[in-house]
Amino acid sequence: MSLPEALRRRPWVGWVLCAVALALLPFLVEAGLGRTWVRILDFALLYLMLALGLNIVVGFAGLLDLGYIAFYAVGAYLWALLASPQFDLHLPFWLLLPLGALVAGVFGLLLGAPTLRLRGDYLAIVTLGFGEIIRIFLNNLGAPINITNGPQGIAGIDPLRLGDWSFGRTQHLLGVALPATHLHYYGFLVLALGTMFVCIRLQDSRIGRAWAAIREDEVAAQASGINTRNVKLLAFSLGASFGGVAGGLFASLQGFVSPESFSLLESVSVLCMVVLGGMGHVAGVVLGALMLSILPEALRHVAGPLQQKLFGQVLVDPESLRLLLFGLSLVLVMLVRPEGLWPSPLRRPEKQSDEATAAD
Amino acid sequence: MALLEAFELSKFFGGLTALDAVSLAVEAGEIFGLIGPNGAGKTTLFNCLTGLYVPSRGKVLVRGENLTGSKPHQLVAAGVARTFQNIRLFGNMSVLENVMVGCHQRSRAGALGAVLRDRATRSEEAAIRARAESLLDYVGVTGRASAAAGSLAYGDQRRLEIARALATGPALLALDEPAAGMNATETLALRGLMERIRADGVTILLIEHDVKLVMGLCDRVAVLDYGRKIAEGVPGLVQRDPLVIEAYLGGAPA
Repeated sequence: MSLPEALRRRPWVGWVLCAVALALLPFLVEAGLGRTWVRILDFALLYLMLALGLNIVVGFAGLLDLGYIAFYAVGAYLWALLASPQFDLHLPFWLLLPLGALVAGVFGLLLGAPTLRLRGDYLAIVTLGFGEIIRIFLNNLGAPINITNGPQGIAGIDPLRLGDWSFGRTQHLLGVALPATHLHYYGFLVLALGTMFVCIRLQDSRIGRAWAAIREDEVAAQASGINTRNVKLLAFSLGASFGGVAGGLFASLQGFVSPESFSLLESVSVLCMVVLGGMGHVAGVVLGALMLSILPEALRHVAGPLQQKLFGQVLVDPESLRLLLFGLSLVLVMLVRPEGLWPSPLRRPEKQSDEATAAD
Repeated sequence: MALLEAFELSKFFGGLTALDAVSLAVEAGEIFGLIGPNGAGKTTLFNCLTGLYVPSRGKVLVRGENLTGSKPHQLVAAGVARTFQNIRLFGNMSVLENVMVGCHQRSRAGALGAVLRDRATRSEEAAIRARAESLLDYVGVTGRASAAAGSLAYGDQRRLEIARALATGPALLALDEPAAGMNATETLALRGLMERIRADGVTILLIEHDVKLVMGLCDRVAVLDYGRKIAEGVPGLVQRDPLVIEAYLGGAPA
């Protein structure tokens, strides 16, 4: 019996193979590429959660949000303030994660409520402003009362901790040594898979259909009996709460947060992940997030040595080359596949039939 | 008591009076036609009656209850559903999903139910799906349930929009030029559909340009011209009203 046939007969075999591959991945990556790359994987999973959260707002409900990173910031600072020497508070993660989701969700409502009447470019401008407001607040809340430590940021943040198990140092399980990077990988993987599950379920539901209806035609959605105010606010706050959770995890992984991690460029790059992968399609967004968080790193590691080998010297600084190629590839993708690399199945045939009727 | 009543509705856009104290009452069970030349204010009246516009003056009453200034979804909840002159489907959603969206108001599942998919959510979802499928059959859009709504033929898109409006479970269905752009055969089929909808207990408020269709189908008609109601009554009488003839054909200068 060949492998594909075995998979057809027993679909669970495929799931088991996937699970084993995902479980072994950090060890294989460490053996092949070094531990830095496991850390890059950790960050890729964080970006994956961020992109999925933004996809709820932008992809599902069609509300262009350019300030999404603010919710990441809210989650990160919440964790930083409540689990660090800053106020000498050290709350446990099972309290911090839901709290991060809740507080970021409230901030999502704060952004959503005044922007209910806006859409498209106007919404984008207001959300962009919101993102900057949050960042500037974090930057300036160091005085007169020191809350955020201003531009210096907060250091010494507690790592994720399960009982006695700290994710911050190497742990041993059944004789296998698990360094901090690997532990974070597993923790983030579980949460990322959970996020994907939630997104897929939401999309195929009464709420998901209402979001899609608003995205397609807000007036018709209202006339079809949808309370667009509530449904939009739900999208904003759910999307924000995902960002808040990811932010908290970011703070725990880094051990340090400062306002400069939450610049407009970060919002834009998360938006790029959503758009490049395929707005509104969970699998596409996952692909986009993994690509845009891993490929630039790969390029950074390859570009320098490659030039050294080819020309005997480094002609272009790998850092600027990275951004250049990044931009170029985005332009190319938008020209060739404007609906994203992996769009939802219903959108693709429609695009083609548009072209077919245009050709008639 | 009238099912839907407009009481001296006015709507101003800046200095333009799009509607000027229009009153009309649609009784349960009838097909009420709204006709008038282009720009007479028919669609403005529709938008005021269905909550898309807030009227500048006057009242909108559903079964005697004052719903002036209510949101569209509140009017849907009160039993007033509508279609649009320029078809407004959710083009990138499937045909079936379009109708399922119409069931939104009459179902409850929230985000938590969507994620957990408990028994109540599953059975509600199954009921929504079954209802949407039967409505597609009802309006005669068959075999394309999983296609993108935007890919349907024009006449099917019109019928799909009616199915979506019916999915909200309306007492009154407001149709804005449903026969626009249809050929004679399609118009005939549409007329059959409207008669069937009425027979099934749904009142119809109809804007239409096709005079033959209106005269043959409607129990009563009202005529708008320059935002004012100039005539109302049985089609045969309205048709002979000199004011109406003047509005349509243009009269001698007074």
